[in-house]
Amino acid sequence: MSKETKEREPLFSPKNIKLITGPINLSNPITVQVLGICSALAVTAKLMPAIVMAISVMVVVAASNVLISFLRNGIPPRIRIIVQLVVIATMVILVDQVLKAFVYDVSKQLSVFVGLIITNCIIMGRLEAFAMSNKPWPAFLDGIGNSLGYGLILVVIAFVRELFGSGSLFGFPVIPQGLYDFGYVNNGLMILPPMALITVGVIIWIQRYYTRELIEDK
Amino acid sequence: MYTNGYIFRYAAIMVIIAAAVLSTAAMLLKPYQEKNVAIEKMGGILASAKIDGIETENTIEMFNKYVVEEMVVDQDGNVVESFKDGAKETAKAFNLNMKTELYKRSKGENYELPIYIIEKDGVKTYVFPLRGTGLWGPIWGNMALADDFKTVRGVTFDHKGETPGLGAEITTEAFKAQFEGKTIFDDKGKFTSIKVVKGGVRTLAADQQIHGVDAISGGTITSHGVDDMLKNVLESYLPYIKKEK
Repeated sequence: MSKETKEREPLFSPKNIKLITGPINLSNPITVQVLGICSALAVTAKLMPAIVMAISVMVVVAASNVLISFLRNGIPPRIRIIVQLVVIATMVILVDQVLKAFVYDVSKQLSVFVGLIITNCIIMGRLEAFAMSNKPWPAFLDGIGNSLGYGLILVVIAFVRELFGSGSLFGFPVIPQGLYDFGYVNNGLMILPPMALITVGVIIWIQRYYTRELIEDK
Repeated sequence: MYTNGYIFRYAAIMVIIAAAVLSTAAMLLKPYQEKNVAIEKMGGILASAKIDGIETENTIEMFNKYVVEEMVVDQDGNVVESFKDGAKETAKAFNLNMKTELYKRSKGENYELPIYIIEKDGVKTYVFPLRGTGLWGPIWGNMALADDFKTVRGVTFDHKGETPGLGAEITTEAFKAQFEGKTIFDDKGKFTSIKVVKGGVRTLAADQQIHGVDAISGGTITSHGVDDMLKNVLESYLPYIKKEK
């Protein structure tokens, strides 16, 4: 710690930018690190809850990353997981309370899932892997980047599921009535969790097909 | 290296700070949250009686305008309290806890339940709050009956944590609209409640279809919950309804 370089790095240096763009594609928390799958299945039946969930996770992961990063030199390693959990739990409860007080409708839609942000592996994963050993600003960017990557996948899954499962987007019907008259029906399986898992699988497939870096050597 | 003493002190201070932050936040935000809950409750009561134009901002005003009477009735159908003047959200009826009252009923004890009378354009609608259990937690709502105490004007449902896209569909217009015009008594005056029918009302006998609605595919347990709630809660209002009819 004593021989740290005092030279200030620009706020958005290429290294820092990479902290944000990396998790969106190459180290995406859901499709590459395969973290946070449970919530990706649970809140993606409709677009609106998926987006609010993504924002809530962003707030929680960025704030806890920064806080843990500030505390990182004082945290006793033996109880670091407990400290991380306390920080996450506190943040999640705060987010939940604020949502309930100021955007009551949305908080109702998310119901139990806000509380379940605590169990989102991405958050603890980032605290343990990044915030414990990095400065607050990179930790903040890392949190934003990872939650963007998470949110992006959530929105894509929710788009597919709401479109084919309920025939609507953001609750507005988008599939023309004419199609239903022809005998088209909404796919009820789309709104059940298994189909979300299959959708994640398809996204991973497509992503690996187009991203050379992710193709493993045999 | 960290000593045990340091670890204990660290943990103790950390939890005290976390507790302080959380309780402060809870205390500061509580008035807003309670107001939201009250507004939501009022909105539900008005919506079940088909009052249009309710926005979050004007709910309290609309509630005071259209609700002409808030009553508390007991297990024998007697009106215990009738609240007409003053701020409607302070009435005993508005603040009764349905959960404890229905629990008392299930224990065979005396209970009290709220009824709201809404008057619009000279037409009276009686709103009966409902409460029951779904799949993951409580479900609740309101049923508005016309002044014949038989025909359903409208309903609202809400839930704590039913599955989005499945059980949570009870809050959709499509599901609620089915109740309008259905009746809770048959021609002989026998209580039938409104059945939530799996497979659809068309599977019922022709004369029973007026007492049933379609259940929700994939939301079987929530549908059963709604069915039980309607039967159970409306039954506890029966003494009052029979008296008034």
